Amino acid sequence: MSETTVDTGKRTWLIASGCAGVAGGAAVAVPFISTFSPSERAKAAGAAVEVDISSIKPGEKLTVEWRGKPVWIIRRTPEQLEALKKVEAQLADPQSQRNPDELTPAYARNQMRSIKPEFFVGVGICSHLGCSPSDKFQMGPQPSLPDDWQGGFLCPCHGSTFDMAGRVYKNKPAPDNLEVPPHMYLSDSRLLIGEDKKA
Amino acid sequence: MAEFKEISPNAPMAEKALNWVDNRFPLSKLYKEHLSEYYAPKNFNFLYFFGVLSLLVLVIQIVTGIFLVMHYKPDAATAFASVEYIMRDVPWGWLIRYMHSTGASAFFVVVYMHMFRGLIYGSYRKPRELVWLFGCAIFLALMGEAFMGYLLPWGQMSYWGAQVIVNLFSAIPFIGPDLALLIRGDYVVGDATLNRFFAFHVIAVPLVLLGLVVAHIIALHEVGSNNPDGIEIKAHKDTSGKPLDGIPFHPYYTVHDIMGVTGFLLVFSAIIFFAPEFGGYFLEYNNFIPADPLKTPLHIAPVWYFTPYYSMLRAITTEMMYALIVCVIAAAYLGATRAAISSTLKAAVIGGALVLVGLMLAIDAKFWGVVVMGGSVIILFFLPWLDHCAVKSIRYRPDWHVWLYVVFVLNFFVLGYLGVKPPSLMGERVSQIGTLYYFGFFLLMPWWSRLGETKPVPARVHFVAH
Repeated sequence: MSETTVDTGKRTWLIASGCAGVAGGAAVAVPFISTFSPSERAKAAGAAVEVDISSIKPGEKLTVEWRGKPVWIIRRTPEQLEALKKVEAQLADPQSQRNPDELTPAYARNQMRSIKPEFFVGVGICSHLGCSPSDKFQMGPQPSLPDDWQGGFLCPCHGSTFDMAGRVYKNKPAPDNLEVPPHMYLSDSRLLIGEDKKA
Repeated sequence: MAEFKEISPNAPMAEKALNWVDNRFPLSKLYKEHLSEYYAPKNFNFLYFFGVLSLLVLVIQIVTGIFLVMHYKPDAATAFASVEYIMRDVPWGWLIRYMHSTGASAFFVVVYMHMFRGLIYGSYRKPRELVWLFGCAIFLALMGEAFMGYLLPWGQMSYWGAQVIVNLFSAIPFIGPDLALLIRGDYVVGDATLNRFFAFHVIAVPLVLLGLVVAHIIALHEVGSNNPDGIEIKAHKDTSGKPLDGIPFHPYYTVHDIMGVTGFLLVFSAIIFFAPEFGGYFLEYNNFIPADPLKTPLHIAPVWYFTPYYSMLRAITTEMMYALIVCVIAAAYLGATRAAISSTLKAAVIGGALVLVGLMLAIDAKFWGVVVMGGSVIILFFLPWLDHCAVKSIRYRPDWHVWLYVVFVLNFFVLGYLGVKPPSLMGERVSQIGTLYYFGFFLLMPWWSRLGETKPVPARVHFVAH
């Protein structure tokens, strides 16, 4: 096309109106995309859960639902607590230093990852792709686990392993320890999951 | 624009009616271009059934899908029960549902065969790149369609499968967690997720699929079909301009394809009636348990057609990252020393490799697993530009090329097998080697496809009358 046939005035306005159309289209897309985000109802559903822990015997686990996720309350035996020390060298983050604000509240940043050494409270969702790891509390060799297994959890999806404090083993797909939710003891037998400050 | 065509008033009624339509809509023109005067090579073998079969399965899925939607409820509280209702109470509902669930697996069987055919006969080579690209896009849309459809029965596998795949997106640095939230519409997979997946599965993705299928066929009919010899039949035409090695698609291939369709429907019906669950491969046993957000089944695996990619995802561990870093460094070294490119480009290769290695060390293996899984599908799009072999068809490639393809296919099966198995140390090692082979096959193709002595390609197709 030769330059003389181009009406530059018209071309400028064609470009300008084209840009205006694109901007308008993008603006219209915003409400449509916004409908994908969680609704007000979904945001509101996040109340704290109160649990009676007096009936849990040593070595037992209780699962409760909090924000649609499984929260485990495990009463660990002395052997299981002892094992937490033995496995430290094989863990990716034994001191819970990675993303501490999201994963481990300050009061759980210890070897047991808990307020009371006996009770572990954790969200049972693997930090890899969100499966719920299964209980492998029995020590010793078993399928999919190393022969010197000290008890913990095995994620059925991608084989990540965790110790009895939800700490992830090294060189596994899961990058982080299991999340410890905000929680507090209302009394010796009442546990509140989802809040850690007195109202 | 065609001239308005007058026809003799004494012509038969049917002829006049056709002429009336043809003056307003290109009916005869479309019929000729796509059927009666679309010349297809006469040496097609059975692998060429799978294109038509893909279309057949698409129709089966759309028709059965419409009828399932009439009884299904996209609500987390009632979805599982509504599927059981279809299976038990809706007259013949079980048949429609089994046709749809078996159809999903059948779709992947025929599409994998169709892609394999394209791969070995070089059907993606110039000038058929766009046919291949549209085809890859169809494959991608089909994977999305299958994945979202699998959530709808709201069984344990539906739920935890969706949980895992949506969480893949959360592995992306910075935007990942918000993106996963946007996909789920809730903090966990829930009613909102089910509802939107239903919308995508029954309307959005099927519309895209149909559009892509039309584009795939238009592009194919523009350039003409390839054949097992990888020879352009348009190079030898008779005096009237018809390819000597071509025959009209209709009636020859339409009739021929009826045989393929019959064979397919025989197997398809046998599965529907005698083994609709196919030993847990087409319908996984855990999916007969309603979704429970508190408990992951002890063994979860995707449906068989996703398992090769799933294996590659599982193969990327922290250890594997070091092997991949070595690969990147080796590639950059070869690029900088051996490739015939300008020195600025070489500097860019080294710089890029260093940045990549830095990122590989800085970001979790989890993210790279997702990259590898996505890359294993995306890499197919680049095939037309990776293959530099002098000949198109495997028939005239050097013999050792054939072995590379044999190993590629076996490797794909091994990865698929490992993907349905629970994680194990041995399986992890094998899938890591398999992942390296899969990517090596494609990424090194510009190099190895040029090597070796090709066999002489005949001028005309190899055809034995029967």
